[in-house]
Amino acid sequence: MGTRNIELEVMRYDPEKDKEPWFQTYTVPCLEDWVILDAINYVKDNLDTTLAYRWSCHMMVCGSCGMMVNGEPVLTCKTFVRELPDKVRIEPLENFPIERDLVVVLDDVMQKLHQVQPYIIRKDDPPAEDQEYIQTRGSLAKFKQLTMCINCMCCYAACPQYALNKDFIGPAALALAHRYNRDNRDQGKSDRLDILADHDGVWDCSFVGACSEVCPKHVDPAAAIQQMKVDGAVEFWKQKMGIPGDKS
Amino acid sequence: MSRNPYVRPVSTTTWYMRHGRYKVYVLRELTSFLVMFYSFLTLVGLSALAASAERWDAFLASQQGTGMMVFHAVALFYFLFFQTFPWFKLAPKAMPVQVGEKKVPDNTIIIGHYVAWAVLSLFIFWLAGVL
Repeated sequence: MGTRNIELEVMRYDPEKDKEPWFQTYTVPCLEDWVILDAINYVKDNLDTTLAYRWSCHMMVCGSCGMMVNGEPVLTCKTFVRELPDKVRIEPLENFPIERDLVVVLDDVMQKLHQVQPYIIRKDDPPAEDQEYIQTRGSLAKFKQLTMCINCMCCYAACPQYALNKDFIGPAALALAHRYNRDNRDQGKSDRLDILADHDGVWDCSFVGACSEVCPKHVDPAAAIQQMKVDGAVEFWKQKMGIPGDKS
Repeated sequence: MSRNPYVRPVSTTTWYMRHGRYKVYVLRELTSFLVMFYSFLTLVGLSALAASAERWDAFLASQQGTGMMVFHAVALFYFLFFQTFPWFKLAPKAMPVQVGEKKVPDNTIIIGHYVAWAVLSLFIFWLAGVL
C-alpha cells in the first residue's frame, strides 16, 4: 500500500509560553486506510512528542478525539485522510477554551450535563424486589436514538448559539434531558422544567441545525430541542386552561 | 505547571461568516422580513378593498408594474420557498409521529405537508373564483 504525504497544520498552544495559539506544519506520510487520528498519532510517535491531544478507543465509542478538521467538528477516528485534500488544518474544538494544543476545557459542558439531571427520577416508592419498571419496545423507540450520544461535544463546537452565549445549556445536554423526559420510567420532567424552559434552555436555540449535521452518532439534538419546545408549549397551554399536566 | 486556558474570540457581528451553513441559516432568517412585508401588503389590500372599488382597483394596478412583478416573482419563488421548503423538511424533526413501535417515515410527514399545502391553495383559489 502506497503512502501520500499530507501537510498537517496543527494548532499549538503552550499555556506557559504562548500568548495565543499558532500553527505548526508537519508532513505526514499517510497510508490509504488512515484516519486523521492515525496521522496525529504519527506526529506524536515520530515527529513531535510534545503535541497534546485526547484520544482513547479509535472506534467512535469513547468520544474523546473530537477536533476541528478543516473547520468542521469531527471525530478524528472517523475522518479518513483519503477524503481530504493534501493540506489539512487541525484545531481544537471551537467554542471551548484551549487547555493546551488540541486539548480543550470541558468543565462547562460537564456541569451542564449534570444540571439537567440525566437519570431516572421516581416520585413514587421503588418497586418491590421481585418487580421492575416495565418498558415496552414502543416506549424505548421514542428516545433510543438519543441514547447514542458519546459526549464528543462536536455539537457544541458547531453551535453558533453556544459560541455567542455560554449560558446556553446546549445541544448534547438538552438532548440528554429529552431522553429522560421521554422515558416512561422517569417521573422527573417537572424537575427539569425550570432549567429547560428558562431563557438559556430550549428557547435559546434558533434551530440552525448545525449540531445535528455534525453529530457523528446521528443523535439529532436539534430535533430533540424542537420537540421540547413543542412539549413546553403544550404544557404551558394545559396550565393556562387548567388541564392537569404531565404525570410528573 | 500552571493552567492558563486560551479563549478564542468570537465576533458578535460577523459570526455567521465562519461557515456556509451559518450563512444559509441567516439567509433563511432574513426571509422573515418578506413574510412581514406580505403580511403588511395583505392589510393594505384588505383596507383598499373595504374602502371602495376605486381604491381596490388602484391597489391592484399598483402591483402590476414590471418592477413590482419582478419583485413579487423573486420574493415569492425564491425567498419564501427558501423558507417554506426547509421548514417542511424539518417538520418531522419537530413533530415525529410514532404508530405502535414504528416511527412514521420522515418522507410521509413531509409529503403530508405538501399535500395539505396544495389542498389549501386550491381551496383558496376556488374561494377567489380563480378555479
